[in-house]
Amino acid sequence: MKQTYRVSIGLEVHIQLKTQTKLFCGCATSFGAPPNSCVCPVCLGYPGAMPVMNREAVRLTLVSGLMLGCSINTTSTFDRKSYFYPDMPKNYQITQYDKPLCLDGTIDIPLTDGGRKPIRLIRIHLEEDVAKSMHEAGWSGVDFNRAGTPLMEIVTHPDLSSADEAAAFLTALRQILLYVGVSACNLEEGNMRCDVNVSLRPPGQDTLGTKVELKNMNTISGTHDALQYEIERQSAVLDAGGRIVQETRRWDVDNGVTIHMRSKEDAHDYRYFAEPDLLPIVTPPDQIDAWRRSLPELPAVRRERLARQYDIPDYDAAVLAADRALADFFEAVAQRCGTGKTASNWIMTDVLRLVTAHETPVTACALTPDALGELIGLVEAQTINALTAKELLEEVFLSGGSPAEQVRSRGLAQVSDSGALDGWIDAVMQAHPKSVADWKAGKQAAAGFLIGQVMKASQGKADPKRVGRLLGERLAQQNG
Amino acid sequence: MDIGSLTVRAAIDGLRKRQFSSVELTRAVLDAIMARDGVIGAYLWVDEADALKQAAAADAARAGGSDGLLLGVPLAIKDILNVEGQPCTCASKILAGYRAPYDATVIARLREAGAVFAGRTNLDEFAMGSTTENSAIQLTRNPAAPDRVPGGSSGGSAAAVAGGMALAALGTDTGGSIRQPASNCGCVGLKPSYGRVSRYGLVAFASSLDQIGPMTRTVEDASLLLGVMGGRDPRDATTLDRAVPDYAAALGGDLTGLRLGLPKEYFVTGLDPEVARLVQDAVEACRRCGAEIVEVSLPHTEYAVATYYILASAEASTNLARFDGVRYGRRSAVPADTPLDMYLNTRAEGFGREVKRRIILGTYVLSSGYYDAYYTHAQRVRTLIRRDFDEAFKRCDALLTPVSPDPAYLIGATAEDPLKAYLIDIFTVTANLAGICGIAVPCGTTRAGLPVGLQVLAPAFEEGTLLRIGHAYEQAREARP
Repeated sequence: MKQTYRVSIGLEVHIQLKTQTKLFCGCATSFGAPPNSCVCPVCLGYPGAMPVMNREAVRLTLVSGLMLGCSINTTSTFDRKSYFYPDMPKNYQITQYDKPLCLDGTIDIPLTDGGRKPIRLIRIHLEEDVAKSMHEAGWSGVDFNRAGTPLMEIVTHPDLSSADEAAAFLTALRQILLYVGVSACNLEEGNMRCDVNVSLRPPGQDTLGTKVELKNMNTISGTHDALQYEIERQSAVLDAGGRIVQETRRWDVDNGVTIHMRSKEDAHDYRYFAEPDLLPIVTPPDQIDAWRRSLPELPAVRRERLARQYDIPDYDAAVLAADRALADFFEAVAQRCGTGKTASNWIMTDVLRLVTAHETPVTACALTPDALGELIGLVEAQTINALTAKELLEEVFLSGGSPAEQVRSRGLAQVSDSGALDGWIDAVMQAHPKSVADWKAGKQAAAGFLIGQVMKASQGKADPKRVGRLLGERLAQQNG
Repeated sequence: MDIGSLTVRAAIDGLRKRQFSSVELTRAVLDAIMARDGVIGAYLWVDEADALKQAAAADAARAGGSDGLLLGVPLAIKDILNVEGQPCTCASKILAGYRAPYDATVIARLREAGAVFAGRTNLDEFAMGSTTENSAIQLTRNPAAPDRVPGGSSGGSAAAVAGGMALAALGTDTGGSIRQPASNCGCVGLKPSYGRVSRYGLVAFASSLDQIGPMTRTVEDASLLLGVMGGRDPRDATTLDRAVPDYAAALGGDLTGLRLGLPKEYFVTGLDPEVARLVQDAVEACRRCGAEIVEVSLPHTEYAVATYYILASAEASTNLARFDGVRYGRRSAVPADTPLDMYLNTRAEGFGREVKRRIILGTYVLSSGYYDAYYTHAQRVRTLIRRDFDEAFKRCDALLTPVSPDPAYLIGATAEDPLKAYLIDIFTVTANLAGICGIAVPCGTTRAGLPVGLQVLAPAFEEGTLLRIGHAYEQAREARP
């Protein structure tokens, strides 16, 4: 009999921190470098080599924890986790076991019904990444460039209850971490990977069902799809009266199925014990307070504030708040031009179009918030028309400079002077008698054509509204 | 130049005064090795051409005006410390063919001071043992009695110095591996405080216990080398940022005003009577030098060996996990279908019995279900042992004890009884557990001519006190007829 089960999902998310160097040595953390070009005795686990803590990685982890509402262990220790694997240089991994840097915390995720749900975190700890095995026909190799890269692991309670929620969690987490700048969160480069625990139980059962672990998910959509598949698979097993066995599975993306990797019986005894080569990490409370004071708003909080403070639609606020740099840009423009709504309109349409077309984020383009505010001011004052403004925007986006200065030096100010406009209108009406006749016959399209011709004659500088009004007056005169 | 008794101090003076060149000095050391090491077996590797090249470079540097403290002084290095370009086998088959790609920090510092690295000395495999019989490569004999072991694990370094084949050597001490062979062979061996000398580049046995130290003919030489080697190292997070005093300059004088403690637990049954007598004589000598002698107690001493073997083996089991044939050293030639098979074959062939015994012991004490019973328990006892010393050092400036319960054993005497072998370190392991410093100074020989050492223990980072006491005693002993 088919029935609905309660789904419990917990995540262990690995985030590569944005440091210049590895966790325990000075080697660069460069993605895509030739194999084994960023290695040294320390990250290769050579005899006699010793780890030295990268304090920046500690700071980034603690700042992440503060951002996620965690409590901070002012004294935190590192442990060795032992297991043999070809891509583990020392055959133990330096990680954190009983005294991680951060404990607890929550991430609010948006639900499809518009509500929000808090997902509780268990801990955040810091550990070193392993190397990467490469298998070719007839040989295998190991690239140790990645070995020793700092990873922050975020572990949740099994509070998620669907594949959608898991995807929403990862999206929200990614947004927050991008906000606080601790990771590039680049999925293609493996900056963000996760292991997923999922269990099903019949409604009314208090204890969690038998959990299955899905290893090494490296995209949000993959995590979603694997979970969707796994929930259906487990439901079918339970519907058929079967039992779920505790095991580790992996997602076969090509075939869209999860596959058995190992069973509970193969589980390792990791033999954790305190890493004797590293001293405990002691972070003074005043340092933690200083970091806490300098935290940015959470994206969700900012979204609500933007909508309220600038009176812009929720949708706009969500788009703007999703990217900290974009939101900063928006707020600066709004302050410069005095109107959030207009600033939002410009950014949501024209600026984002340029961002996409030129693959240049607002942080990297030549357009400053001041320049955009100035441009908006020029339009509002009807110094330039919308057409000129859009052309100017692209120029400034690519090359920078002041729009007002451009308007002055290039004579782009729109012409509203009746004398000049009359001249162009006369010329156009003489050149296009048929259109004038159509227009008189009531064809609105002809009016548009004639206005366009005047705009062309004026090289875009004519005030199109005024041109329309003058044309109307002419018609009235001729009819009269 | 009598290389068999030349001190580092005399060599420095001779080189500075141009009485001999580094090439001549190094040549003399190499000749001594050629002449004597066939019997003793102290060295695992000597590259004459390379040593002489280093010496020539030192001579050239001196001619060019350089004047590093150790410029041109040849040293012997325990084959567990990385010297760039030289083999580093740890006396194990598993590191056959490995050449160190970098200098250990102590080596870099000695090199900076101008030292010449003349050869690599034998040890118990991965420093695990107390007789140097656990070397997978060769037997080292005690220069004082060639039918006996030199002690271990720095037995090669001790034999090289005591046997007139090195002016000084580096050893490592995890549970007594510098002091015990120094005592057995009749030379000075200094184990610095934990955190005084960088371990970067020392192939780790037990990271929380290991220290590198000098093995020399005199206390003054030990102080000279420690002065060069010591100090914080950004590559070793466990080194402390404490000033390195000029140890050698602070030597001299008597022991007036110092109070020296005799821990009663160290003078009990099981101690060889001749060892007891020689150590008592040494205590009396210190008293004559002006020291006040008091009895103190270190009540947790009886648990030290068990604690040591649990903690050291636990750390060793993970430290030695990296020897897997994947990146360096020897890989088993037996075809393997899986990485696991390759590891098993490589490690089965590459490690000797004692190393395997300790890896298994360490793996066991860390495994779930046994962790609290052994590892956690041992950590607690370690704290108690530390407190014992804290208490004792409230009553005295340093402690005087035997180094070892017995003089050097006959070769093979402990081979079939690992537990008996573990007890050899009973008086030395506590210093490693507590992180304090200790020195072994020769205090005479038994009627059979076997050297015996006096151990002086001082609080962490009180090497100055330790060396002052050792030096004063050494002078008093020399002065006696």
